[in-house]
Amino acid sequence: MTLLTIDWSLIIEKLVLIAVVVLGSLVVALYSTYAERKVAAFMQDRLGPNRAGPFGLLQPLADGAKFFFKEDVIPVLANKWLFILGPTIAMSAALMTSAVVPWGNHIEIGGRIISLQIADINIGVLYVFGVVGMGVYGIMIGGWASNNKFSLLAALRGASQVISYELPMGICMITLIMLSGSLSLKDKVEQQMSSGHLWNIVYQPLGFVIFLICAFAECNRTPFDLAEAENELNMGYHQEYSSMKLGFYLFAEYINMLISSAVIVTLFFGGYDIPFLDESKLNPNTAAILGIIALMAKVVFFIFLFMWVRWTIPRFRYDQLMNLGWKKLLPLALINMLVTAAVILWLHK
Amino acid sequence: MSATEIIFWILSVLALVSGLMVIFSKNPVYSVLWLISLFFAISGHYILMNAQFLAIVNIIVYAGAIMVLFLFVIMLMNLSATAEPKKKVWMKFTGVISGGLLLWILLSVVRSSIDMRGKIAEVKTGDIGLVENLGKVLFTEYAVPFEICSVLFLSAMVGAVVIGKKEE
Repeated sequence: MTLLTIDWSLIIEKLVLIAVVVLGSLVVALYSTYAERKVAAFMQDRLGPNRAGPFGLLQPLADGAKFFFKEDVIPVLANKWLFILGPTIAMSAALMTSAVVPWGNHIEIGGRIISLQIADINIGVLYVFGVVGMGVYGIMIGGWASNNKFSLLAALRGASQVISYELPMGICMITLIMLSGSLSLKDKVEQQMSSGHLWNIVYQPLGFVIFLICAFAECNRTPFDLAEAENELNMGYHQEYSSMKLGFYLFAEYINMLISSAVIVTLFFGGYDIPFLDESKLNPNTAAILGIIALMAKVVFFIFLFMWVRWTIPRFRYDQLMNLGWKKLLPLALINMLVTAAVILWLHK
Repeated sequence: MSATEIIFWILSVLALVSGLMVIFSKNPVYSVLWLISLFFAISGHYILMNAQFLAIVNIIVYAGAIMVLFLFVIMLMNLSATAEPKKKVWMKFTGVISGGLLLWILLSVVRSSIDMRGKIAEVKTGDIGLVENLGKVLFTEYAVPFEICSVLFLSAMVGAVVIGKKEE
């Protein structure tokens, strides 16, 4: 009796791809923590971590080991299950977005074409939104389950901030969808690569700025890290957390940074496109590998930008944050969308 | 059983269990979390019917936005099982009867409706739920109802702003 007929090679291919992407994101996030400390040190004229290994390169591993060996405390009055669920959701939501990002074009192994994107679904952009929305629950559940006033306040702040900044971000995405006529991220990259088309940043400079600001807010990064404002809320929503559960929260932030950089690059900077080079003339495998390198170079620049801003601009006040989101970014995004729509209509007439 | 059937049964069980847990949970925060899991199960059903757009919009709007606001209110009110006032027996009794009657009416409407009779869900084959087709239908065939809906939403938004605005 055949219970299931499954294309096993497809399953294995996808599992390998998922493993590579997840491990890759974890390694990049791990070394982002190192880079963050080095960048901070550079900006403040210090040396930064330089004891563990050459140039302190083993520092993230040492930090990780320290997290694992710390005592794991669950407060007595905390809600035990939700306390564990919080960091779990934060981490898995951060990793799930990587499924729709096109990390490169396809490669060929033994006549089999393997696309370097885990799932090319025709709602890719919306999927990113859905998963970002899920990330809020990690903060909210963790903050509430800690049974601590500061954690709860920080959680509510974080959630309202993420919801508010989703709106201008969504409108920028709609503008981009109008340009490309497709919701799939892969289609967007291919459209930017095709001859006669420039990167979306050229058509949508204002949209890019709005999107970037919203990405900072969605990742809870300075200047919008109100959810962990230490001088008014102690440590914010993860105050009661210790050991690797705290590590998960901190780590999720770096993975979010990586993924939002990848999404920004895909939407506005041509994804795995190499400027001034016609990839179709190259051997597909070479082109794919060069594409991945190009994508990662752009992503690394944006991760650096995240850090640069963190060590340059002080934190906003909460009312300033809400003012910026609702009274400035949202109308700007709407105007940008209407103007783009009018121009598209005018050009196509 | 095919893979689709197995997924269908898993999702159905998940949906029913979550739905029941929404009602039976003593803690309102748990109820909201089970409701979110219910929305995920329903989105899974949408995907089985190849309605990807509906599935993701269900997650963004209901699970992602509306439920966050639910959680907000519940967390701020700090409800707990002990603080909730006990209902009288006759109140529970009338609740069960009226709820049962509503279920009965809904079931009979669904069973006897001509539109529904003899139709089965198009698993994996239907394509009306894809963005392109849905958009075309909404902006041609159903343009007027669609626009009326948006006016309704707009008036609701204006109403919310008016209520939320402080008296000068």
